[in-house]
Amino acid sequence: MRRSRTGLAAVVPLLWLAVFFAFPFMLVAKLSLSDTALAIPPYAPRIDWSRGLEGVRTFLQGLDLETYARLGRDRLYLDAYLSSLRLAGVATGLLLLIGYPIAYGISRCPPKARQALVMAVILPFWTSFLIRIYAWIAILKPAGVLNAALGALGLPAVDILNTETAVLLGLVYAYLPFMVLPLYAVLDRQDESLIEAAQDLGATPLSAFWRVTFPLSLSGAAAGALLCFIPMAGEFVIPDLLGGSETLMLGRVIWTEFFANRDWPAASAVAIVLLATLVIPILLFERQQRKVLA
Amino acid sequence: MRRGPSAFNLASIVLGLAFLYAPIVILVAYSFNASRLVTVWGGFSTRWYVALLHDRQMLDAVWVTLRVGILSATAATLVGLLAAVALVRGGTGPRRTALAGGVYATLVMPEVILGLSLLLLFVAAGLPRGFWTVTASHATLTLAYTTVAIQARLASFDRSLEEAAQDLGCPPWKAFALVTLPVIAPAVAAAWMLAFTLSLDDLVIASFTSGPGATTLPMRLYSQVRLGVDPKINAVSTLLIGLVATGVIAAYLIQQRRARVPAE
Amino acid sequence: MSGRPQLGAVREAFAPWEDPAVRPLVRFEGVGKSFGDTAAVRGVDLSIYEGEFFALLGPSGCGKTTLMRLLAGFETPDAGRVLLGDRDIGADPPHRRPVHMMFQAYALFPHLTVAQNIAFGLKRQGVPRAEIGPRVEEMLSLVKLEGLGRRRPDQLSGGQRQRVALARALAPRPRILLLDEPMAALDRKLREETQFELMAIQQRLNLTFMIVTHDQDEAMVVADRIAVMRAGEIVQVGRPTEVYEAPADRYVAGFIGDVNLFEGRVTAAGGGRVRLASDDGAFDAEGEAAVGDKAWLAVRPEKIAVHTEPPVGGDGNVIAGRIVDYGYLGDWTTYVVEASPGRTLRAARANATRLVDRPLGVGDPVWLTFAPSSAVVLTT
Repeated sequence: MRRSRTGLAAVVPLLWLAVFFAFPFMLVAKLSLSDTALAIPPYAPRIDWSRGLEGVRTFLQGLDLETYARLGRDRLYLDAYLSSLRLAGVATGLLLLIGYPIAYGISRCPPKARQALVMAVILPFWTSFLIRIYAWIAILKPAGVLNAALGALGLPAVDILNTETAVLLGLVYAYLPFMVLPLYAVLDRQDESLIEAAQDLGATPLSAFWRVTFPLSLSGAAAGALLCFIPMAGEFVIPDLLGGSETLMLGRVIWTEFFANRDWPAASAVAIVLLATLVIPILLFERQQRKVLA
Repeated sequence: MRRGPSAFNLASIVLGLAFLYAPIVILVAYSFNASRLVTVWGGFSTRWYVALLHDRQMLDAVWVTLRVGILSATAATLVGLLAAVALVRGGTGPRRTALAGGVYATLVMPEVILGLSLLLLFVAAGLPRGFWTVTASHATLTLAYTTVAIQARLASFDRSLEEAAQDLGCPPWKAFALVTLPVIAPAVAAAWMLAFTLSLDDLVIASFTSGPGATTLPMRLYSQVRLGVDPKINAVSTLLIGLVATGVIAAYLIQQRRARVPAE
Repeated sequence: MSGRPQLGAVREAFAPWEDPAVRPLVRFEGVGKSFGDTAAVRGVDLSIYEGEFFALLGPSGCGKTTLMRLLAGFETPDAGRVLLGDRDIGADPPHRRPVHMMFQAYALFPHLTVAQNIAFGLKRQGVPRAEIGPRVEEMLSLVKLEGLGRRRPDQLSGGQRQRVALARALAPRPRILLLDEPMAALDRKLREETQFELMAIQQRLNLTFMIVTHDQDEAMVVADRIAVMRAGEIVQVGRPTEVYEAPADRYVAGFIGDVNLFEGRVTAAGGGRVRLASDDGAFDAEGEAAVGDKAWLAVRPEKIAVHTEPPVGGDGNVIAGRIVDYGYLGDWTTYVVEASPGRTLRAARANATRLVDRPLGVGDPVWLTFAPSSAVVLTT
């Protein structure tokens, strides 16, 4: 009797998600199949409700894959697609390399220090993302902090703002906490007696690490990698502010098609392609999370 | 006993934290730089903070952002609380599956796509874009986060407390209000804080769903940043960082103090 | 059984269940409750009387907690009726029942002080503000926690929390108080003290208590009557002495205390006596059974005497054997005696004198005897 009543709690959130999430998403899907008309909505075709079912049928016949075909013909979209995946992939690899030693180092600290360090890793996440990326502009620009420091050390200046290097740097910087935390979570849970057992059986500390600690932490690495890869592939702010005009990433293409070119169907189609690409990592992540929670 | 950290471990931690904090420290430091150039230290000055006070547009943006943040975080927390109750207590069934799927999908949906879809909704509905559309959109973005945060706490909540309240004369809703809610209140407050921060921080969704007269601070900052580095941005960033850091550290300390006494 | 004497006020004269004129306070009538495919409680008929201290005893998963939750209102019966007085309360939600519960892990509200916890039920009843304070104080002194009203639950010891839980459940003056494994979280010494305190409070306030426990010693000490449960059904209801000395079947005999069982066939019966032929020999016992039936004799270890010489004469039952092990418990010594290869029996002997030298040891031949009146004849 109590069960059915708590079930009612689902009604408001479900309605909210239906109106503000599911329905708008259908609009995106529909628009991606519509014809481009520059500048002003609405787009053909529309459903003519006065004609009932017949109207719906005409509407459905009016939809086509024209926009997608156009994306396929244009080199720009394919390049943006590939470089999105490449940059997100490379950044994920870098994050693993940088994040692992940090997470492992924290897990070796005494409990009090561990808590404070975890807090220190999370804290930047609470400060504005935009501001943290903006800070890198001041560092990386030709007359910026980095070159001033290099100059002081007698090293040649570098000009990496508005390059892919800067984008990678920004991605690694912004997503580092999301890599460190899941890794730390599995490393921290690990039973220290496993290492002692390995050493007792004759393993050196290093081989105990590679044969016991590392394999057991792979689930955390997978979680961290997916947690970073998924949003990075759709990232807009970092490539836009640090990548200059040459760096193409899908998130940025959607933005440009929408705000600059006013090509709403193209923006929608790119969004659908991006999402279709991310479905596999998203499902992997969901499965992984469920395993962890179970 | 755990082995202590090695020199390599310590170096990793120090370098990692330096990487995370150096840009923030530089930003804060230069907000007090009298010089306009980042590479030149012109002495300590608060002139950019003063200039900020006279930047009408920036102040308006701050005001809009705060209002959007408070309203959307409150809405997201209330709806998220309901969603969490349904997810933890609602048993199994199609409704729960749909809700869990929807929450998870919002969580992983790239912001650009969420922003675009919401914009299309408001256009289709013929709603003029502005304050209320951003607020609703931010509530949608943050709903998934509040749901997950509250759900985690509610799942570990000892149901016998609620039963004890019912046993002592509370109808179920009142037991929830008098016992469950106060006990999970820290998690609800944390969920609100998270939603508020996310709203405060969001550029992408606000850009899609906002309209004239409802420019948020990130939108204002973004347009300024694109024009180049402006020390005033450093000043407003420092204020934001200070605000959030104070809040987060205070929350952390309060929690630590509570945790010291053994829990129920 | 520890064999410890009962120190609580044993109320020999209190037996309302024997008086047909007294109406029970609580009645379960054919109550059943299933969760999915598993029946937690099946066809339970039970009456609990005003002023009684009633124990539901059984191993975990036997349905005793479900039965208690049916009375508290957290479960609704699938079959049968639950009556309080003359009213069927089966469909009443928990907050409308004048039945309060002390939860196993106490379920104290962590955000409220001790006093606020105790006042919680009083406020829900609409007790005037002016009366709540004195009532809370009265409860605090009842459970000997004067002066701790302003503490929070997490600032109390386990024993103190248990008392707060008791005070909170008692404050609204329930018609019946339910105690769900109330002593499970306490250590042994505190548990014994608390048992006697519970009995004292129950008799002082003249309240009806129903306790759920898996601890037979606890049930024996505190309860006026015990209901032994197995697999959702009630196997036997009776005074502690009845349940111990006259168990209804082998399950009850084995669950409460130690027992030696002799399985065999009835070869003679009549005049309140039965003769049973078993692998260990032929024995006489007082009881009823039909000739030719399969039956068991249950004999408690302390009712078996241990002799170092073959007994002469008498109508006792004798078994010869050899000591293979013994356990010295201070007040008692339990001997494990091998009667035939692979067959061991247990006999307990009170250590009435200080044993300077040990008269009995492993390997010694012994003769066990028990009187026909010490054995219980069981047919199931």
